[in-house]
Amino acid sequence: MTVAADFADEAEPFRISQLIYDKRYRSYTIQVVTMMLFMLAVAWLVNNVIENFEALGKTFSIDFLWQPASYDINQKLIEYSSRSPHWKAAVVGILNTLVLAFLGCIFATIVGVAVGVARLSKNWLVSRLMTIYIEGFRNVPVLLWILLVSSAFSALLPAPRQAAPLLGGGFVPTNRGFYFPAPVFESGSGILAIIFVASIIGAWFFGRWADARQKATGEILPVFWIRLGILLVPTFLMYFLLGMPVGLDIPELKGFNYQGGLFVRNSFMALWLALSLYTGAFIAENVRAGIQAISHGQTEASSSLGLPPSRTMNLVVLPQALRIIIPPLISQYLNLTKNSSLAIAVGYMDVTGTLGGITLNQTGREMECLLLLMAFYLTVSLLISGVMNVYNNSVALKER
Amino acid sequence: MKTKLLTLALGAAAFATVSSSASAATLDDVKAKGFMQCGVSTGVPGFAFTDDAGDWQGFDPALCRAVAAAIFGDPKAVKFTPTTGKTRFTALASGEVDLLARNTTETFSRDVDLKFTFGPVNYYDGQGFMVRKSLGVSSALNLSGATICIQTGTTTELNLADYFRANNMTYEPVPIETNAEAQEKYLANACDVYTTDASGLAATRAAFEKPGDHALLPEIISKEPLAPLVRHGDDQWADIMKWTLNALINAEELGVTAANADEMKASSKLPSIQRLLGGEGEMGAALGLGNDWALNAIKANGNYGEIYEKYIGPNTAIGLERGLNGLWNNGKGGILYAAPIR
Repeated sequence: MTVAADFADEAEPFRISQLIYDKRYRSYTIQVVTMMLFMLAVAWLVNNVIENFEALGKTFSIDFLWQPASYDINQKLIEYSSRSPHWKAAVVGILNTLVLAFLGCIFATIVGVAVGVARLSKNWLVSRLMTIYIEGFRNVPVLLWILLVSSAFSALLPAPRQAAPLLGGGFVPTNRGFYFPAPVFESGSGILAIIFVASIIGAWFFGRWADARQKATGEILPVFWIRLGILLVPTFLMYFLLGMPVGLDIPELKGFNYQGGLFVRNSFMALWLALSLYTGAFIAENVRAGIQAISHGQTEASSSLGLPPSRTMNLVVLPQALRIIIPPLISQYLNLTKNSSLAIAVGYMDVTGTLGGITLNQTGREMECLLLLMAFYLTVSLLISGVMNVYNNSVALKER
Repeated sequence: MKTKLLTLALGAAAFATVSSSASAATLDDVKAKGFMQCGVSTGVPGFAFTDDAGDWQGFDPALCRAVAAAIFGDPKAVKFTPTTGKTRFTALASGEVDLLARNTTETFSRDVDLKFTFGPVNYYDGQGFMVRKSLGVSSALNLSGATICIQTGTTTELNLADYFRANNMTYEPVPIETNAEAQEKYLANACDVYTTDASGLAATRAAFEKPGDHALLPEIISKEPLAPLVRHGDDQWADIMKWTLNALINAEELGVTAANADEMKASSKLPSIQRLLGGEGEMGAALGLGNDWALNAIKANGNYGEIYEKYIGPNTAIGLERGLNGLWNNGKGGILYAAPIR
């Protein structure tokens, strides 16, 4: 019989001192004490808020959300006027935040992947240029980049009246924003949309068929070009057959500003560019790390099988690198989304500008507005990481 | 262990009770600190700016200095905190500043809902529009479609929305944080129009390289009574703000200036002057201050009229006529009418 077993058999009465000196109980003691301290800290904070609210004679209520907002917002994706309630102003801001975050994530990913791959290029100049870009953007606070881009736009670009339209009047850069032609959908464009959707489905089915065929026969078709053809040719043919139902609304100078077309404000452009380029630099490093983590043997093996470098990258290296790239990529997306609250610096009306800015200021409901804001950012961040985790699981190494 | 846990719990409980709220007696806090904290704007020529030595000067800081002089006898016993239109109320409500003198419009909701107490109006203003003369606009009613720079978190933001809505006009608001930023945007032509209180427009225009190229439109679309303010719930402190400003206005009415205040106190036979300067009665003690509180306040920067002339009057670059801000009894349409000190 071992000593330990002897010890366990002894029916020893429980003593208080065991809470500290006995390994079996000590961890419980520590946990209970930590929990109590944590609860006390929370209680203190909550109590502090309640007391200060009482001292100021304020109440906690979100009824103000149903009062008219009384202010105008320049960029609005839904119907909104100064008579709309505060909650609607918050929704306008939320949509502005989401649009910025969504487009920012896309552009940052494109930039990041391109730069990350280019940084590994054997071309000395290309790889050095990419290094300069990455180090420059990563090591300067993003707020400064945003302000720099924004003031460059307003100082260097001409005012609308002096602006010179580019590309046959279609594209007008001004110090207030960029005007693009906007598509105008006339009757018949519905048919066009249906055909285009059908083409997408067709292209997808073709891809599957080509894959299956390659597996069966080993023949490789020029999938990319055929797909492009399936996507574009029917739609273009129908476009002309239907008598060009989709026109372009070209912006024109009328009064103070250009009217018509699609107006992208400088505040949005500055934020979008600065945030994407900044986050893109981080993503580029993730991509480089992911690619470099794939052992060189894989590349050599693939070359010895006769695969050209582009296919080696697409079929061998990148799928494996993705597993390493995606987890840090998620946190970059979250960073970009949260950094979008810097919008206030250039007057972009995101949710921090509406709910956390003007609404907060006009109603004086700091606590309510900030709690709502935090709840929003928390929800969005959790959603993004949830979706990205699902994707991560789908590309992760399947262990069977 | 029992005892240890108990000590911890007691310690935490004691910590919890320390959680103090904004104290009611601001005057005691200020006296204990040895200086007053005053919220001013981030910079509007004439109204609030820093001089070459880095000291705050202007119409609004002058009031802060007068209050500090009334309390401490020293106009320099003030620390200034620049606030934007957005941060000013939080700064005051949280106790970061004791007094806000920052061309702030007195409104119902700010008084009742945001829980601030306003002092007497120290500048009667109204919202105006500034445009380039080259645009050829002569009335605010021609501004439909214009891009307008506007300071966010202000009453002007709300007036603008109401005015354009009432007149069925559209506009593109460009929200900005500070006057300096607005000036930069406006001069770069990133907005056609800059709107804020007419005094602010005049002050901003005065700082332009070519002020003559810019015009203020004739429409004044709102009433903007600008007044200093403090937190609700401390009447003594609110009284100090209120009566210091009243003392400055009364001093102008009675002809008491920074230069002649001491002499007036010694020689004047007028009871109203003696009451103001502490020669008779115990006015100061009732406020919790020394009896020469008003005398010190006046000696800090002079009376209301002197402050006005020095920083924003017709002889300065800002060049604002007294207009509504003249004394009620000078026969030029002024409405400054301070309650008597008696």
